[in-house]
Amino acid sequence: MSPMTRPSASQRLQAFANPARFMTLSGRLLAPLWLVSLGFLVVGLYFALFASPPDYQQGETVRIMYVHVPSAWLAMFGYSVMAMASAVALIFRHPLADLCAKSAAPIGAAFTFLALVTGALWGKPMWGAWWVWDARLTSVLILFFLYLGYMALWTAIEEPTRAARAAAVLALVGAINVPIIRYSVVWWNTLHQPASVFRMDGPTIAPEMLLPLALMALGFTFLFVTLLLVRMRAEILRHRVRQLRLALAASGAEG
Amino acid sequence: MSRAFIALLVRDLRLAARIGGGGGMAVFFFLVVVAAVPLGIGPAPDLLARIAPGMLWVALLLSSLLTLDRLFQADHEDGSLDLLTMGRLPLELVVVAKAVGHFLTTGLPLVVAAPLLGLMLNLEVAAFPALMLAMLVGAPALSFLGVIGAGLTVGIRRGGLLASLLVLPFYIPVLIFGVGAARAALAGFPDGVAAQSLALLAAVTLASLVIGPVAAAAALRANLR
Repeated sequence: MSPMTRPSASQRLQAFANPARFMTLSGRLLAPLWLVSLGFLVVGLYFALFASPPDYQQGETVRIMYVHVPSAWLAMFGYSVMAMASAVALIFRHPLADLCAKSAAPIGAAFTFLALVTGALWGKPMWGAWWVWDARLTSVLILFFLYLGYMALWTAIEEPTRAARAAAVLALVGAINVPIIRYSVVWWNTLHQPASVFRMDGPTIAPEMLLPLALMALGFTFLFVTLLLVRMRAEILRHRVRQLRLALAASGAEG
Repeated sequence: MSRAFIALLVRDLRLAARIGGGGGMAVFFFLVVVAAVPLGIGPAPDLLARIAPGMLWVALLLSSLLTLDRLFQADHEDGSLDLLTMGRLPLELVVVAKAVGHFLTTGLPLVVAAPLLGLMLNLEVAAFPALMLAMLVGAPALSFLGVIGAGLTVGIRRGGLLASLLVLPFYIPVLIFGVGAARAALAGFPDGVAAQSLALLAAVTLASLVIGPVAAAAALRANLR
């Protein structure tokens, strides 16, 4: 048993050392990150809502795009952050990677939900239906299911280390499957609806529209990073509270 | 090693035959689901014929999902799963044996029963060969992807529902390509379209043969520490 106990003890040491450094570093970064993301969002929203022209075909509804497209982009970004953190957690057993994957999931799911809702709101005036079984929509919906399954697995397994390992396996299998699902959905749609309902990639986007879109995308990305840090800090604190409770219970049982 | 593998497979098949009623229960479930469809959407023959391939595939998916939680759960409860993880047979091969057993007891009987139910749903006979071939090619993928969900949820109370939620997104490519093969034959497309979806389905199955055992074994190791 002795070769088993030694690495786990050093691991625990490493686990204790790293989050502490992370807490001080992230504590210093948090305020500037909030400032930058809010700044980008405010300026981006001003350009998106007031200082950009309406589309010559879609009119004012085109402004939904400035929320919709960055959300959809971050939905994918969130899943890739989750998958990469899971890979790091499985390979290097880095304790922060588990927390990163766990914290990224609800944020990514929220952006995916936002993309779906804004998509539906945009779809009603444009195509006359809240929901269309288009390849893009369907694959984003399935991505949302993957997020929900991942979060459900975390809550279903009580012991954190076990849950972390199982969830990491799920995230990686999902990451392998996302391109396959996406491809199959595109194939399915093109087989059954030869005349596409709509085309996102119509004319190339005008520069006046590209500026607010880029600003919003930057703002959303910074917001994602900020929220990720906040959630990771909360997870670390929750872990500490759990440790303290366990220690308290153990000392109470002894005394 | 191969003897242990075969012994495990034979044990699973025997258990399924004696306790679970073998493939009979799965076929019965399949029949009930398919019988519920005309009651739900009406008995118009042309409508039923149009949705028959999709319905048969969805029924296959559902019966595969419903049997997932027994894959490892029973062995986990009586402790034999711990013995299996400690044995000389690699855990990945244990998972392969389990998945093959699952396919033989749930997937294969349904493939055999599919033509009969296709007749009940007024499916054109011309689509039968393509549908059955697609089911035969795709059903192993359902078992081999399903073991991932079963492995992830082993030891969780009411894990069966969670396993279904986790696995269903992974089933979607199988469903799409499987239905695609039958639809193409039904619509009288040139052979190329049916062959294309069959080839893609086979690719998904082959990939799942690798991903499933590796991921499920990793999940089991995480859960049984």
